[in-house]
Amino acid sequence: MTTVPVSFSVNGTPYDLHVEPRRLLSDALRHDLRLTGTHVGCEHGVCGACTVLVDGDPVRSCLLFAVTLDGAEITTVEGCCAPSGGMGPVQQAFHECHALQCGFCTPGFVTTVTAYLCDHRDPTRAEAREAVSGNLCRCTGYVNIVSAVQRAAELTAGLTAEDRS
Amino acid sequence: MKPPAFAYHRPRSLADALDVLARLGAEAKVLAGGQSLVPLMSMRLAAPAALVDVNHVPGLDSVEVTADRVVVGALARHSRVEHDPEAYDAVPLLRRALLLVAHPTIRNRGTTVGSLVHGDPAAEMPAVLCLLDGFVTLRSASGSRDVPADAFFTGPMESDVRPGELAVSATFRRPPAGSRSSFLEVSRRHGDYAVCGVGAVVSDGTARVALIGVGAGPVLVPLDEPDDPDRVAAAVDAAIEPEDDIHATADYRRHLAQVLTRRALAEVS
Repeated sequence: MTTVPVSFSVNGTPYDLHVEPRRLLSDALRHDLRLTGTHVGCEHGVCGACTVLVDGDPVRSCLLFAVTLDGAEITTVEGCCAPSGGMGPVQQAFHECHALQCGFCTPGFVTTVTAYLCDHRDPTRAEAREAVSGNLCRCTGYVNIVSAVQRAAELTAGLTAEDRS
Repeated sequence: MKPPAFAYHRPRSLADALDVLARLGAEAKVLAGGQSLVPLMSMRLAAPAALVDVNHVPGLDSVEVTADRVVVGALARHSRVEHDPEAYDAVPLLRRALLLVAHPTIRNRGTTVGSLVHGDPAAEMPAVLCLLDGFVTLRSASGSRDVPADAFFTGPMESDVRPGELAVSATFRRPPAGSRSSFLEVSRRHGDYAVCGVGAVVSDGTARVALIGVGAGPVLVPLDEPDDPDRVAAAVDAAIEPEDDIHATADYRRHLAQVLTRRALAEVS
């Protein structure tokens, strides 16, 4: 088995890996780095459960070969927590709004919504629905997820205001 | 659902990329966004012996807008083209169609040029290239050539890219001032490939539509009399060759082609 060197950071920690070229980013995160917060659902880009941020943008980790990400900054759901290590604003909002049931799809929603709120401060329900349109959830019916996106926007605005004061 | 093994090449310059493509010939596929290629490999529908990853080749990610065209580089992600204000001002149809390409998460990685090379008959951007008389620029170690849209799409999932060639850019011509455009489609779920879709451009009394999902590639239909609904319907019906599949029957696609053409023309008239 031939491996190829690749260096990238995950949640701020630099890693130098040697991986098989066919290693998907989702598998590199879960199996090589033991970051099992990223969930693998359909493994062909449809469900969105494996969504992570690459240089700040949400992408499907099951549709990327890890070797292509040399030099990238990757954020997984483990990196969406508060600086204290507790729940970040999106996680807190999902908790408050009961926006998950089995929780399998939730890591993909948390990463997607975290990136979305960076440039959409006050989404309407329709906009929130559009923002999560690429993520499938088979339990909730999405109503509480949409509420959580709006609640996360409120919490994020509160944190930003705290930073300023 | 794991992709088959392949040899990996990571060129750091265009010259190196063309060299390695020349050496590998038909064994190699180019990897840019990979949003179509990786799932095909995971499903074992594609098994290239080698991938040439162009993501680290500098100079390929530009979107250039000039007086008469928009030139999209091989590494310009769909989202980059979609959010480029100058490209939108020059060719609004680009953003209209890109909003129908999968989901934002896929558009963050997938490239517009890659979508053209992939040549899915239900994809939007090939139709846009046809509607705007565009062309694809191909480079190889031995030279460069431009292939116009009407010759580029050679069949379902096939385009005129030869072994050793890299599609370095796609050029969309800016339609005349006062032109109007529209892109409509019906898909099973938001973000899915279209069951049928129609792009329309009207300028100076002439109109053309391009249909997707109803032929081996995008089907361009010039309309001499866009105001005559019977002639429009006959022209569209004669041009398309829809097939049955698990998503829709050929008859349903034929029906959608008519309805969507009427709606698209109503939007731009």
